[in-house]
Amino acid sequence: MKYTLFFKEALPEDYHLLGGKGASLASMTTANLPVPQGFCVTTNAYATFLESGKITDIIIEKVNNIDCSNVAELDLASEEIRQIILQKALPDDVEASIKTSYRVLCEMAGMNNDLPVAVRSSATAEDLPDASFAGQQDTYLWVVGEAEVLENVRKCWASLYTSRAINYRKNQEIIESEVLMCVVIQKMVNARTAGVAMTLNPTNGDRSKIVIDASWGLGEAVVSGEVTPDNFMVDKIMLQVLKSDIQHKHIEHIPDRANRCVVTKEIEGARASQPSLSETEVKEICRMAKIIEKHYKCPQDIEWAIDFDLPEGQNFTLLQSRPETVWTQKKVETGAIKMGMEGILNTLMNPISSKK
Amino acid sequence: MSQKFISPYDHQAPEGAEGWKELYPYYMVFQENLKSTEESKFFFCDSQHWPQVFKPFDAITVEFAVKCLGQYNTRQWLIPPANGIDFKIHNGYCYMSPVGVAPELIADRVPQFMERAGHYFMNWNDLLENWHKKVKTVIDDMEAVTFEALPEVIDMEWVKNGVGLDPTYFMIQNYDKMIDLCYKTWQYHFEFLNLGYAAYLDFFGFCKETFPGIPDLSIAKMVQGVEVDLFRPDEELRILSKLAIELQVNNIITKHNVDAALAILAESEAGKTWLEAWEKAKYPWFNFTTGNGFYSTDKYWIEHLEIPFGYIQDYVIRLEKGETIDRPTEVIAAERERITEEYRDSIASEDAQAAFDGKIGLARVVFPYVENHNFYIEHWAMCVFWRKMRELANVFVQAGFFADPNDMFYFRREEIHQLLFDYGRGWAMGVPSIGPDYLPNEVARRKKIIDALSTAAPKPAFNEPPAVVTEPFTIMLWGITTESVQGWLSSGETTNQLKGMAASAGKVEGIARVINNPEELGLLQQGEILVTRVTAPSWAPVFGKIKATVTDIGGMMSHAAIVCREYGLPAVTGTGSASTTIKTGDLIQVDGSTGEVVILETA
Repeated sequence: MKYTLFFKEALPEDYHLLGGKGASLASMTTANLPVPQGFCVTTNAYATFLESGKITDIIIEKVNNIDCSNVAELDLASEEIRQIILQKALPDDVEASIKTSYRVLCEMAGMNNDLPVAVRSSATAEDLPDASFAGQQDTYLWVVGEAEVLENVRKCWASLYTSRAINYRKNQEIIESEVLMCVVIQKMVNARTAGVAMTLNPTNGDRSKIVIDASWGLGEAVVSGEVTPDNFMVDKIMLQVLKSDIQHKHIEHIPDRANRCVVTKEIEGARASQPSLSETEVKEICRMAKIIEKHYKCPQDIEWAIDFDLPEGQNFTLLQSRPETVWTQKKVETGAIKMGMEGILNTLMNPISSKK
Repeated sequence: MSQKFISPYDHQAPEGAEGWKELYPYYMVFQENLKSTEESKFFFCDSQHWPQVFKPFDAITVEFAVKCLGQYNTRQWLIPPANGIDFKIHNGYCYMSPVGVAPELIADRVPQFMERAGHYFMNWNDLLENWHKKVKTVIDDMEAVTFEALPEVIDMEWVKNGVGLDPTYFMIQNYDKMIDLCYKTWQYHFEFLNLGYAAYLDFFGFCKETFPGIPDLSIAKMVQGVEVDLFRPDEELRILSKLAIELQVNNIITKHNVDAALAILAESEAGKTWLEAWEKAKYPWFNFTTGNGFYSTDKYWIEHLEIPFGYIQDYVIRLEKGETIDRPTEVIAAERERITEEYRDSIASEDAQAAFDGKIGLARVVFPYVENHNFYIEHWAMCVFWRKMRELANVFVQAGFFADPNDMFYFRREEIHQLLFDYGRGWAMGVPSIGPDYLPNEVARRKKIIDALSTAAPKPAFNEPPAVVTEPFTIMLWGITTESVQGWLSSGETTNQLKGMAASAGKVEGIARVINNPEELGLLQQGEILVTRVTAPSWAPVFGKIKATVTDIGGMMSHAAIVCREYGLPAVTGTGSASTTIKTGDLIQVDGSTGEVVILETA
């Protein structure tokens, strides 16, 4: 019975044990996409935990008896169930498996059992997309050490039973016994620079370009629009930087490890106006973006980071990739393209230099 | 306020060049009484094709070439917006001015253009096959012409056969025939060229619209051929170099000069095998100039075997060191297909994809001509032409007209007629010709003028430039754009930075070597950056030695650009003034992706 599975060792037949997010990370890792390293605490682990504590029936019975129209009752039942999950002892083999996997992950990053990780829930239920079903499931950042990892795994399991999640499943008539939870444990990215990359030019839909926004620190500054990021336009085929606009970037988001949170800091001195990516890094991001686009077979909107902790050449990290929707869904109006002699005539009549 | 270039009427000749206008035909120089007309036109200097001052005879090349370019645009295709290109020689250099068509006349030309040019596009390969036959015939006809000193008496056979003519008659006829065949050569040169460029330009424009910001280089790479006749001479040298190693005659080749080596090779079986291959490679591939075919001073391999032999020595030494000298044709071909496929795949609409396929298909049918004609005309045909003209010059030297055969080229082509008649007339009458007495002073006078003109560089342009350069051939053939014209205007200030065309990607630093003529090529050291006005295809073998190339003149499809892409070397072309701004020994940085050249340290 597999209680934990590293992304890189999971096979497609294991994906049902990993939940939506876990399966996606495993499949990206298999495709050699550089997502942060990590492993899944499989649904087997969760199921074993429920069985060994003999709490499956208790939980199902409680859920079935809830009157969701009564908010106070719903909240009370939710709290009771979550307390059961948080307090019940973990089976030894499940606990050992999680601890071992965390230790291996630490070693992979060259750390001594103190690698900061993100712990996220990755739920599964047949025929349901992860996101809509997930409801109130949690993500815990900058988790350090075996004890904290174990504690947060339970928190993720417990998050299946927030009032909102219970209510949602009842409304959708999802069968409780089919609901299982996987937990993803993933190395935290220590972002020196982060941003987004679009595998087309968002101003005109030209798919022969990659456009990158980048700024110092974590990607939130770019995504939220708090800073004007550096902007690079690259020819996708030649991997040639066609345009780079380097901006003054006044703040950055960086992790406060002690307090397990992210803080905003002023960027002082010359660094604010320096390029947040070297030309080599821009090209590396584009090279990866091309691989990601090819993997998903459509233009992508990619969140990435350059990780301080990883050596150059391997420090590009893929955080998330979504299909680009604006231009991809637009009906392309090419107009009538003049062909053959008509085309040549048109070319001679209309100065080429005005097209440059 | 618009900026202007100097008027040719205000641009004085250097001291000592007084009287230079008489060296060229009246219609090729700016005439005083046409000042207002000529000053209303924009002229740019074509130092891409004619970087050096013309000797009077050599002006034949610009005269024939540009006239023939015009006849096709104006009278054969009726290119709707473009007639020919007006040209003048000023202070020894040539300046071009494209001639537009009056807007009200453009529409009427369209149906004619469609029918005429359409016929060529529709029947391109058949017509091109015929072109090769025609050009080969011209070359054979030129080869058949000979010039010999006049005999003491008329041949007895002529008497017996009742020929009734003398050798001077045939000498003049042969001279006229050579001029006629040269003229024919240039007619053929332009038969396909502008249409080829137009189809390329059509694909180019489509790419610029479909992939805004696409590097010119990408478009060139998609269209450019892999096996090109222009690369054959260099390819033959590589084959000979590899054969030398295989036959173990490499020591003979690297240790001796060409004459000694060829003699020693003839003594052994292996050597003879190599010599056979060497002889076979000569025809036609050594009809290859170190210049560009436009000057009597051009050195052709076949007459200067030390040049190809020297390149073979370099290749053999590289092979001995275990280096590979092969052109990576498979890699180039695969890269061309990868680029083409990836651009095609980034087109979202099926209609536009079909347009891409159609346009690149046509561009690839027509572009080989654009690449290959250069070998057949500028190299092969012109090699024979100049060789025959030197044969004639040697006859004049024998007859005491000139001390040096090159002196003949200080006379215009119609003046040679007078020389021939003077020679024949003296021979016929039994008196000395006047030339040997008259010509030495005249040669000296003209030499002084040409030398004086050569001391000054040409101006980039004259008069007021158009707000936007729209003339399609100016852009395609000369790589001249609105931006480059603006660049010339503002290049007055001293600067350590130059901007040109990003012709072949990559960024390097290195020591510059400024080459002013092909004889200096031997000075190039391994790892230096070649800086020159314009390169020639026969310089190919030196590209294995250098780190990058910077030229004053030339566009994306210029020779330097094509060869540098082949060798994966950075190239910046069309900087306007690199060869005069940069000095040998300067440490420079060349960025072939942005077209920027920076002088980091002066020597």
